[in-house]
Amino acid sequence: MTDLRSPLSRVKGLGSAKDGTSHFWHQRLTSLLMVPLVLWIGFSLAAMPVDHATLTSWIQQTWITVTLVLLIIVTFYHAQLGLQVIIEDYVSSHSRRMLILLLSNLSCLLLGVIGVVSVLKISFGA
Amino acid sequence: MAEFTLPANSVIKQGKLFKAADGATNIKRFVVYRYDPHSGENPRTDTYEVDLDTCGPMVLDALLKIKDEMDATLSLRRSCREGICGSCSMNIDGGNTLACTQSISAIKGDVKVYPLPHQPVVKDLVSDLTNFYAQYASVEPWMKTDTATPPDRERLQSREDREKLDGLYECILCACCSTACPSYWWNSDRYLGPAALLNAYRWIVDSRDEATGERLDDLEDPFKLYRCHTIMNCTKVCPKGLNPAQAIAETKKLLVQRKI
Repeated sequence: MTDLRSPLSRVKGLGSAKDGTSHFWHQRLTSLLMVPLVLWIGFSLAAMPVDHATLTSWIQQTWITVTLVLLIIVTFYHAQLGLQVIIEDYVSSHSRRMLILLLSNLSCLLLGVIGVVSVLKISFGA
Repeated sequence: MAEFTLPANSVIKQGKLFKAADGATNIKRFVVYRYDPHSGENPRTDTYEVDLDTCGPMVLDALLKIKDEMDATLSLRRSCREGICGSCSMNIDGGNTLACTQSISAIKGDVKVYPLPHQPVVKDLVSDLTNFYAQYASVEPWMKTDTATPPDRERLQSREDREKLDGLYECILCACCSTACPSYWWNSDRYLGPAALLNAYRWIVDSRDEATGERLDDLEDPFKLYRCHTIMNCTKVCPKGLNPAQAIAETKKLLVQRKI
């Protein structure tokens, strides 16, 4: 079918989604939060003897549990936002983009929940 | 999905060699992209040996010499030959620039000349910029006001507010920036690109304009604006030395500012 719409009509398309600023802002905020959190987890693990008992008793301290849960939430939220941008950039077919976005968002959610539940299970000694 | 190989009819073939006249001593080779969509043939690169002793200093001088003296079939756009009309924008030595302000002596080795990347080719070095111009029109680049113009004088603007337009109003719409942007290559059907966004910001910061909010509303979109990932090729190639990446970042800052 020949597209007889004017170039301006094609550019205007469906108009502005009035969205994207929260996504942009949350991506920057989570990346800022991740700087201290990732440094903290890196240095903490490097300074610890690698055995199961030390690690579980470390995780069970209240503040360590809280910070670990925060790290996991922030990391997977940031990953979800970042993956969304990459998928929107490179997957041009609308239906395929929607499907891959759904899968990516669900995977991030699932991995995040697994992480949080794991930390809580150790913390509460189940 | 992304394509990683060129379609068979887009593969660039080796073209003809045009030798310089006998006795020429100061020869520079120009390798120029040639394509005519109506011919049914693949694109090719023709090589022209240009005698720099009888040629002006800029790449445009050489291209016009080629067209006048060696091969009249070469097509290109040009008008002012002094960097203000934006007609002769093309990809020279791997970067988008204006042929009229790019000096030949600054290029080492053969001078490779291609049309602007990732645009439909009308012929040879002439790109089809229909979508680019429509994107510029879509940001409504004119003053919008509700207050009537004063009957006895123009709309006033302080010196400080006028200075905010410096680095924005000079854009000549040559399309070097937009066609250098990878995000624009992949999504130019929805991403407005650095040139249109710089011009949108030019009206957003104009103190006399009364449609700032509506302009921001129209840009707030994951594709129209937020496909910019601050790659900064736009700023690197701008032949007028402007900074579209900064204009886009300032627009994003205003959008965050009005939320919190």
